[in-house]
Amino acid sequence: MSDIPSDLRYAASHEWARLEADGSVSVGISDHAQQALGDVVYVELPEVGQHLQAGQQAGVVESVKAASDIYAPVSGEVIAINETLADAPELVNSAPYGSWFFRLQPSDPAELDRLLAADAYKASCDAEA
Amino acid sequence: MGQRTPLYDQHLALGAKMVDFGGWDMPLHYGSQVEEHHQVRRDCGVFDVSHMTVVDVAGSQAQAYLQRLLANDVARLAQVGKALYSAMLNERGGVVDDLIVYLTQEGYRLVVNASTRDKDLAWLQAQTAGFDVRINERADLAMLAIQGPQARARIMDIVTQVRAALIQELKPFHGLAAGDWFIGRTGYTGEDGLEIMLPAEQAPDFFSELVGAGISPIGLGARDTLRLEAGLNLYGQDMNEDISPLAANMGWTIAWEPVERDFIGRSALQAQREHNEQPRLVGLVLEERGVLRAHQVVRVNGIGEGEITSGSFSPTLGKSIALARVPANTGERAEVEIRNKWYPVRVVKPTFVRHGKVLV
Repeated sequence: MSDIPSDLRYAASHEWARLEADGSVSVGISDHAQQALGDVVYVELPEVGQHLQAGQQAGVVESVKAASDIYAPVSGEVIAINETLADAPELVNSAPYGSWFFRLQPSDPAELDRLLAADAYKASCDAEA
Repeated sequence: MGQRTPLYDQHLALGAKMVDFGGWDMPLHYGSQVEEHHQVRRDCGVFDVSHMTVVDVAGSQAQAYLQRLLANDVARLAQVGKALYSAMLNERGGVVDDLIVYLTQEGYRLVVNASTRDKDLAWLQAQTAGFDVRINERADLAMLAIQGPQARARIMDIVTQVRAALIQELKPFHGLAAGDWFIGRTGYTGEDGLEIMLPAEQAPDFFSELVGAGISPIGLGARDTLRLEAGLNLYGQDMNEDISPLAANMGWTIAWEPVERDFIGRSALQAQREHNEQPRLVGLVLEERGVLRAHQVVRVNGIGEGEITSGSFSPTLGKSIALARVPANTGERAEVEIRNKWYPVRVVKPTFVRHGKVLV
């Protein structure tokens, strides 16, 4: 069973998105995703200043098992990346919702509403099984 | 549903993520394979290896039979308890399996791979023709491996006095019977430790005792990264029936002397040694971020190409390592293609860690 916080939105590709107080969007990967990946050993992040479209490849999570692409859940400019993950990739496993990969300044706030709410994401994970 | 060892329910109770391995439902990890790996290098851990195949060989011509069957020479086992690692070849000089053979009171004991069980048993049986020998698969036995610098000490505290005394005296790469248990000072991790074969019905209680005493259960994920760091081959990945032992870092296991010993595959192997330029199995270290994986292409400037046979992230080194089959005259540098980009790698001897020490 995986943890799916109800205050976040989710992409079907297993990224979570959190709208911050300042209007930016933090992005990470879900508990379901980190369980499926196994121990994370490297994280490849986008570059600050990069413009991403929703659904565009934004980075890579490399685990002992496989390399998996991460996709931008919404469009926007990358305004911050989480350097801590370079030295402590295992945080993605131990704290998936506390380990943000990058933060976007969204170009279209309506895109957030098109992401899955917690129950819809749970349904899509169950359907995958 | 695959085959299950006697410890299946306990693995589930311990929170194991189960996977299929060679038709068996086995624990991949119990939470974190990287943590389990570190645990073995620093302290000790216990592996359920009951899926492996144990075969006893007995009869007046058991030695002659094995001298024909195996590329290493069992005549080198001078006293009961000694063991050796050997390839079993086909007539083309390809590897049918790799195994450990012990000289026992009753004859010999072979431990072969889980994934090759059916093939090996058929092969072993077929080769008995003309020899006074019987092979007997010991499906009644379970097997636990306890590996790590503290392994022997921890086990000695738990088992009976008689078994503790045996373990105290047991030399590396030796195995002896203690009642209905068989205790080998062998392993697949590059650490000191024991492999204990015991009646299947005793395995659940013993495993419980070990876990209860604080010995961490270790899954197949860590088993693979540990053996890779130790430079130990995995049959089916690093070699198979179409690969010569000379191309699998197993040349040292071939007993060429005495010349009169005509083991299966000898003449093919001799021809390879004399005429072919066999490729070599080497170690690779990726200094940058990324993970080397099986089947990635290796390019050696000015010489040719090869392929990674096994690759993973090495928790002890903190970087990725691999075993790769490359042209024989490969030097110290090469490149590997990972997701359409080429990365430089160091070419090293295929042993990265031994007894906790990094060698590369």
